[in-house]
Amino acid sequence: MLNTYVVYVENKPGVLTRVASLFRRRAFNIDSLTVGRTEKPEVSRMTITVDADYDQARRIEANLYKLVNVLLVENITDQPSIVRDLAMIKVAATHEARSHVLELASVFRARVVDVAPESLTIEITGAEDKIDGLLEVLRPYGVLEMVRTGIVAMRRGKSSPAGSTTGPDEGVAEEDVSHSV
Amino acid sequence: MNDKNIAEKSATSKSMAAKSMSGASILWECLEREGVTSVFGYPGGAILPAYDALRGSKIHHILVRHEQGATHMADGYARASGQVGVAVATSGPGATNMVTGIATAMLDSSPIVCITGQVGSKLIGSDAFQETDITGVTLPITKHNYLVTHASEVARTIREAFYVARSGRPGPVLVDITKDAQQTTCEFDWEAAKPQLPGYRPDLSPEPKEYEQALELIHHSKRPVILAGHGIIISGAMNEVREFAERTGIPVALTLLGLGAFPASHPLNLGMMGMHGEAWVNHTIQEADLLLAFGMRFDDRVTGNLKTYASNAKKIHIEIDPAEINKNVKVDVPLVGDLREVLHELLPKVESIDRSEWLDSIDKLKGDAAVRDIQNLPDSGHLYAAHVINDLWRQTRDGDTVVVTDVGQHQMWEAQYYKHEKARSLITSGGLGTMGFALPAAIGVKVARPEAEVWVVVGDGGFQMTLCELATIVQEKLKIHIAIINNGFLGMVRQWQEFFYERNYAATPLLNPDFAKLGEAYGIRSMTVTERSQVVPAVQAARQHDGPVLINFRVEQEDTVYPMVAAGASLHEMIRRPSTIVETAADE
Repeated sequence: MLNTYVVYVENKPGVLTRVASLFRRRAFNIDSLTVGRTEKPEVSRMTITVDADYDQARRIEANLYKLVNVLLVENITDQPSIVRDLAMIKVAATHEARSHVLELASVFRARVVDVAPESLTIEITGAEDKIDGLLEVLRPYGVLEMVRTGIVAMRRGKSSPAGSTTGPDEGVAEEDVSHSV
Repeated sequence: MNDKNIAEKSATSKSMAAKSMSGASILWECLEREGVTSVFGYPGGAILPAYDALRGSKIHHILVRHEQGATHMADGYARASGQVGVAVATSGPGATNMVTGIATAMLDSSPIVCITGQVGSKLIGSDAFQETDITGVTLPITKHNYLVTHASEVARTIREAFYVARSGRPGPVLVDITKDAQQTTCEFDWEAAKPQLPGYRPDLSPEPKEYEQALELIHHSKRPVILAGHGIIISGAMNEVREFAERTGIPVALTLLGLGAFPASHPLNLGMMGMHGEAWVNHTIQEADLLLAFGMRFDDRVTGNLKTYASNAKKIHIEIDPAEINKNVKVDVPLVGDLREVLHELLPKVESIDRSEWLDSIDKLKGDAAVRDIQNLPDSGHLYAAHVINDLWRQTRDGDTVVVTDVGQHQMWEAQYYKHEKARSLITSGGLGTMGFALPAAIGVKVARPEAEVWVVVGDGGFQMTLCELATIVQEKLKIHIAIINNGFLGMVRQWQEFFYERNYAATPLLNPDFAKLGEAYGIRSMTVTERSQVVPAVQAARQHDGPVLINFRVEQEDTVYPMVAAGASLHEMIRRPSTIVETAADE
């Protein structure tokens, strides 16, 4: 099953290599890995998804902890969490198809970020299956190019032990638009 | 430089706390403050500033003949003393030559710090002369590593390196220092350079509930066995393990690296387990209803086929590294923490239970083992390695003796026929199985414990991998005894070819030089032994000689290590030594 980890690491050169090397070395296949800054300049945050069974998932966590630069690991697979992926999709849009594509984008609450004579570029943010859904309906028009960031994830509700996050807990579940809309 | 000197010198400088020093001088100063008295190294371009600054240091530098040797020496030093061993090399080939020694230390959890020079920080990435990305190369085989590009980072990095190397589950740490970081100066302030490792947590301890679960399993077991590993020695828990075994009446089986952690002569000592463990030890494990794994990691050489491994036994795993839990063998109760501390918690709560029935049944498992023992077979006039090692043990057993072995048949015979009573009396490469380990590791042992009698037991194959370090022995005037178990083959590989490749001895026969002449060429007193009657006199002569001695034991060429669990076979399926007396009896 797909496991999602939130990993806080020291913001130092080479840390991404250490994390990636660990997965290679222990023969675990990374499905997606994103890394970026956090509210603390000395801390970076990774969201890693890996296909692993229960025992493997636990070992991945233990091995991540063995890395000296890793501050905190959370397996949020079974936690209520917000998971987001961002995609930019360049789709062929001739004059006659253009309005259909725009309509589909709007149903998925995606934004058009570039318009060219023969194509539209759509930006969409959401859970992975929502993006897959848009992709599916756009495919008949001709997807010319696509890029996805890989997922970023955050637990709902109270902040994680490592994050001194600002603001009050947001108890209200954010709306999720699925592709079945 | 001692604290007084520093205080005096800093008094004249602008700052009372700090003084200006080169990165190279800071390096040696920090090593001294970490308690280092000897380092093993080999100079070269990128590390020259450090060597230039060495003259201001009290540290004794031992010039090796190959950087692999330096790492094994640091490793041997660490294993013999429990202190961090230090190896020094230059960039590029100097650093890459260290790789085998670093991997050896990694797999056997040995605390070493490797210092490498690196090209100037502005040249990094330019494929400069002797530039290698050694932190990249050693990333998967170090516990942690560092690239230092400023003199101001040297002190903290060295402090962190030593702390990481020796704490928790120990391991190798590499510190790569650019030439300019060695040359430039900065303020040195030891106190201000405290380790900053917010993500590093070597001190774990079990939950109270886990202790209770463990105690319940222990008290309800009928057929328990302690599996004693290297972690006992690293943790310094020899007395606690002994007390635990005696109080609970539980017998102790040892891993190769655990040998010495529990006295061989103790009535509860079963002996070595695993691929070349004694048959009754493996049978005991297979029949047990509870395994107590103390600081061992269920390596494939001790478990055999995992599907059939101790299938009726519950398992308690006391282990400092959480990543080892459930890695190979699924355990019922993990106790993650320092073994000594965990046993301190358990000891007052364990009950004494009469285990005589179980111990009697283990005695029966010994069966015909004594008859099959090569020591009890009729003298065929041949010189067997097992005889050499057993005689060596009888001669040296009463002293403070450390045996350092290489890898292969002789290593297994040593494990079987040299009865280790004390921790750190056997130094051997277990996890990586590094041929060429013994000779340099023994140098490290002798430097760490000059009062100990050090014997190298090495095969003719492995000896030739690092024999250049004979020169180091002579140059350092080290009294090390070298016993070459010379069978003219890569013996263990030949044995596998015998059993599993229809005796196709491809690339295993060795055409060797005259090792005695070779030793003499280095100025080492050397002799050759071909008969059993000469073994004891040769050992005695070596012990009496004031200096290193090399003995070339020319042993039976096609001898085999028994028993043997074939790779992937179940632990109870052993190939046993054929015996004229028991050949017709039903075999397991």
